[in-house]
Amino acid sequence: MIINGVTIDATFAEAFPMKATRAIITAQNEKWAMISAQAMTGFATSVIACGCEAGIERVLDPSETPDGRPGVSIMIFAMGGKGLAKQLETRAGQCVLTSPTSALFAGIDGGKPIPLGKNLRYFGDGFQVAKVIGGKRYWRIPVMDGEFLTEATTSQVDAVGGGNFLVLAESQPQALVACEAAIEAMRKVPNVIMPFPGGVVRSGSKVGSKYKALGASTNDAFCPTLKGMTKTELSPEIESVMEIVIDGLTKGDIDKAMRAGIQAVCGLGAANGIKRISAGNYGGKLGPFHFHLQEIMA
Amino acid sequence: MSALTFTLKHRPDQSVDLSPLVSHNLEGKEHREIAALELQSGKAKLRVDALFTLSGNDPHNIVIKNSFGKLDFIGKDLHGGSIRVEGDAGAYLGLGMKSGSIRVTGNAGLYAACEMKKGTLEIDGNAGDFLGGALPGNKMGMKGGLILVKGNVGERAGDHMRRGTILIEGNVGDYCGSRMTAGTIAVMGQTGRYAGYAMRRGTLLLWNQPQLPASFNDCGAHTLGFLPLLFASFKSLNSRFADAAVGFNRVRRYAGDMAEMGRGEVLVKL
Repeated sequence: MIINGVTIDATFAEAFPMKATRAIITAQNEKWAMISAQAMTGFATSVIACGCEAGIERVLDPSETPDGRPGVSIMIFAMGGKGLAKQLETRAGQCVLTSPTSALFAGIDGGKPIPLGKNLRYFGDGFQVAKVIGGKRYWRIPVMDGEFLTEATTSQVDAVGGGNFLVLAESQPQALVACEAAIEAMRKVPNVIMPFPGGVVRSGSKVGSKYKALGASTNDAFCPTLKGMTKTELSPEIESVMEIVIDGLTKGDIDKAMRAGIQAVCGLGAANGIKRISAGNYGGKLGPFHFHLQEIMA
Repeated sequence: MSALTFTLKHRPDQSVDLSPLVSHNLEGKEHREIAALELQSGKAKLRVDALFTLSGNDPHNIVIKNSFGKLDFIGKDLHGGSIRVEGDAGAYLGLGMKSGSIRVTGNAGLYAACEMKKGTLEIDGNAGDFLGGALPGNKMGMKGGLILVKGNVGERAGDHMRRGTILIEGNVGDYCGSRMTAGTIAVMGQTGRYAGYAMRRGTLLLWNQPQLPASFNDCGAHTLGFLPLLFASFKSLNSRFADAAVGFNRVRRYAGDMAEMGRGEVLVKL
């Protein structure tokens, strides 16, 4: 398949079941809601070493937030429920509770309830106040700038993590421009996050390593500087490869995001140095969710 | 199906216990069976059809017409369904109700919504003392649900209240929120003396400055983030509380009762 001069490989991305949750952070203005959200979703690019994958889903209009203030919706993904709950609580405690003027609310209904502010309340040292409003329990925790308002729980749902595609370009700047365009398009799709810095990862990995201590190592088949010394996947004109990883609530959400992203990349086309779109997989043996690029773009 | 309607034929001299007339007790019963139910009135037992004319057949939607202040225990332990009381209700309206809704177009007597657990109680007129309170000797008053009173309320509203919300559009008597353990009481009108007396936790949300006991301490003026959420939750009510213009988030906070646990608060609109 070729779109605007860009070859879409007959391959697929392989993804895994994960557990996910969503929270809404509000603040006095969008600037501070975003600061808090960035802190909460920081150092959360990959479950390999961060414990979770997290990202900002979108900015919320005051009319969309529970307390009518500007807000940001964030999502956290982890391999299991316990890990997810721990990450959520730790990050909420260190990054939202501490952030000036912030408030924290559940962003997803249904699923299994997991603590959001339920245990953060103990920071109130006995001065915390519970309020049940509209059937939901909130905690008002006295802090130095006033009160930190947080919903007691949010929900944990089944989700999908690890959807991806690779952008193969003639140069590094062209690969980056294409990925930026893809991320801009994909951020308009609900229920997904792209957890890597700016949504883009330049160090895609393969399973295993020559070093026994490492479970993953550089994806040498896609490293352009190794074209002459490994079993490469790259043709001579490819000088740079970047990857976009997508976590979503459902397979359908990731489908939509991948389509939006690949469409944006193909919009730039071969004329802008984009040669191929490929994807990372493990032969289909590890992850139950397969995203066939040509089917998505059909 | 039309509402199961009890129309009072005459006003008895003595109070009548209407607690059997709740949906979970009437479900599946024919008119003749309902008519034969006995209602306690002092030492006497009165058949339902001795007092009421019956019509309609939906036990989940009960209407009591021509009601007056000697019909006690309406909606006692109500567990689902709705009761509409046209006229006044006597004492113990909605006592211990577990779910469902009760609406009274007139006034309600003592101990309305006493020890209520869940559901909604709406009183268009006034309510007597111990609204949402505990029965004498008991330690726990209202444990959940919502009470809306459009008129005035007597003394000791929310006495020993444990959880839930009481909204009062009018004035409230002395000792409002006394011995409260938790929950929220909002009063748009004036409050009597000793508001929050011996409250341990919970919130009194007031539109007018109360006369507080000396054991309440001023915590200053604050903008509180939970108030917009609280007011937003009232939006669907048929009440002045639903009006977005009456909401506020700027309050003076008084903590107390310091003679007790002292974790309660009185929030007064600024």
